[in-house]
Amino acid sequence: MPAEQSPKIVIVDESPIRAAILEEGLRDAGYTDVQHIREMQNLLARIYALDPDVIVIDLENPSRDVLEQMFQVSRAVRRPVAMFVDQSDSESARASVEAGVSSYIVDGLKKERIKPILDLCISRFNAFSKLQDELDRTKSALEERKIIDRAKGIVMKLKGLTEDEAYVLLRSTAMREKKKIGEIAQSIITAAELLK
Amino acid sequence: MTDHPLRIGFIPLVDAAALIVAVDKGFTKAEGLDVELVREVSWSNVRDKLNIGLFDAAHLLAPVAIASSLGLGHAKVPTVAPFNLGINGNAITVSPALHAALMADLDGDPTDPMATAQALGRVVAARNKAGAEPLTFGMTFPFSTHNYQLRFWMAAGGVDPDEDVRLVVLPPPYMVDSLANGHVDAFCVGAPWNSVAVDLGVGHILHFVSDILLCAAEKVLAIRQTWAEKNQDVVTALTRAHVKAAAFIEAPENRNETAAILAKPEHIGVSPEVLLRTLDGRLKISPDGAMRESSRYLLVGREGAGRPDPRQAAWLYAQMVRWGQAPISPEAQKIAEAVFRPDLYDAALGAAPSASSDIPDGVGAFAGPAFDPDNIAAHLAAFEIAHMKS
Repeated sequence: MPAEQSPKIVIVDESPIRAAILEEGLRDAGYTDVQHIREMQNLLARIYALDPDVIVIDLENPSRDVLEQMFQVSRAVRRPVAMFVDQSDSESARASVEAGVSSYIVDGLKKERIKPILDLCISRFNAFSKLQDELDRTKSALEERKIIDRAKGIVMKLKGLTEDEAYVLLRSTAMREKKKIGEIAQSIITAAELLK
Repeated sequence: MTDHPLRIGFIPLVDAAALIVAVDKGFTKAEGLDVELVREVSWSNVRDKLNIGLFDAAHLLAPVAIASSLGLGHAKVPTVAPFNLGINGNAITVSPALHAALMADLDGDPTDPMATAQALGRVVAARNKAGAEPLTFGMTFPFSTHNYQLRFWMAAGGVDPDEDVRLVVLPPPYMVDSLANGHVDAFCVGAPWNSVAVDLGVGHILHFVSDILLCAAEKVLAIRQTWAEKNQDVVTALTRAHVKAAAFIEAPENRNETAAILAKPEHIGVSPEVLLRTLDGRLKISPDGAMRESSRYLLVGREGAGRPDPRQAAWLYAQMVRWGQAPISPEAQKIAEAVFRPDLYDAALGAAPSASSDIPDGVGAFAGPAFDPDNIAAHLAAFEIAHMKS
C-alpha cells in the first residue's frame, strides 16, 4: 500500500477484459483510485474531467497520439503531461513497449511513485497476452479435434474401418507426407465435399 | 546482409507507397534485404519502436524524426533520413457548413490560400462576436506537417491557431467520423482520408497542401543514426530499393499495379480506385462530384522528391520555433538539418541526382518572404502571428 494518498490512475483501453485485469491488479496493490475510459470520442475532455495523475494506455490504441498533445504548452492543455520513458531506464521502456502498454504522468508526480505502477501494468499486460494466447491455442486445438473427427467419420464410412483404424490411417498418411494430421483431415473433408 | 529480417514500421497511408512497393515488388529482395513490414496504429508507436530498436527503420512524419534528434517532447534519439518518402500529399477538408460559410465570405479564387485564409479570418471574427464556440481543426500529431501547414495557412489570414481556434490531434482513421459528427469542423490529413470524407458527403476538400507550400517534406524513411552508422551497406541497399520503387510508382503505366499493391488489406486496405485518385493527383473535392487535379498533390520520387533536402528540414524546424515547440539556436537548427541526409541518398545512387526541384527557396510558401535558412530569426520576424519561446 503506498504510504501517501493513492494517485488517481486512468486506464484508457477499449478491451474491457484487459482493463478489468489491470484494474484488479492495481487495486490489489493498494491503488484504490482507478478509473477506466473505454470511449475514445473526445478523449482529452474525458481525461480532463477525471483529472488523473497517471494515464495508462494500450499500444493497439490509435488514440495514443491524442495524448501526445498533452505534452504541448497550449490553451487546450490544462496540465502538462510527460510520458514515462526515463532516458536512463531503457530496459523498462522496452519491457513496456513489448508488453504493449504506455504510461503518462501528469505534472509533478514523482518518478519513484510511478515505477511500481508501470511494472504492475507490464506484468498484467503480459499476463493478459498469455491468457489470450492460451485461449487461441485451445480454440485451434478444439477446431482441429473437430476436423479430425469428421475426417475419421468419412474414412470409416468409405473404407469400412473402425474408428481406431481410421485414425491410424490418418496418422500414417500424415507421417508419410510430412504434414500435420489436421491438414490431412482437412483435405479429406474438402475432397469429400467436392465429390459429393 | 543482416542476421535478422529488417523490421520496418509503417502507418497505412499512401505516402508509405515507396516502402510498401519496395518490399512487395521485390526491390528490397533484389538488394539482398529480407524485410518484414509491420503495420502500426499510431505515430507514437512508430517513434517508440524505432527509438528502442524494435524497428530498424520506419515510415515516419518528417517533423517527428527532427523532434527525436532534438529530444523534443520525448527521449532524444538522433535519427537520420536517407530517403524522402513523400512530398506534399495532405489536404485540408472542411465540413459542408464551414465550407458554405467560407464561400459566402470569400473574396477571390477558392484555390487561393490567401483568399480562403482571409475568409476564415472573417468567419472566425463573426463567430467570436456572436459568442459561438471556436472552430476546431483536427490534425495528426503535434510534430507534423499537417499541424504546421494548417497553422501557416490560417495565420496568414490573421487567425491565431492557439488563441482563435482549437487545434486537436486525431488519429487519421477517426478524422472522417469526427467531421461527420461535428467533433471537428475541419481537418488536415493525408490520403486516403480526405477522399473518404468527400465520398461520404461529409466534407469538401478546401486545399491541397501544395497550395500552401509547393514543396513540403512529409514522411521520411527514418533510421536511428547509430544503427545507420553500423549498417552502412544496409542503409545504402535499402535506399536504392526505395529509389527504384519510387521510379516504378511514378511511371504512369504502373499506376494500376501500384494501387492494387497498396490496396491489399495488410497494406492500406482501401479501394484501389481511391488510391489511384491520390497517385494521379486527381481528386473529387466536393460531394457534388467536382474534381480538381494537381501535378503537385503528392510527389513520390519525381522532381528529385526522394532526395532529402536539408532546407526543408530547416523550414520544419523554423515552424517548431514559430509555434513554441523548440527554442531558437544555431546548434538546434544544425541538428535538425542533419536529419535529412542527401549524402546517403547520393551514395546509394552512386551519382548526383539529375532532376531536382526548381523552387528557389526549396519550399515555395504562398505567404511571407522567401524562406531563408541562414537567418531563421529574421525570416520569422516577418510573420505577425507567432508564439516563440521567450
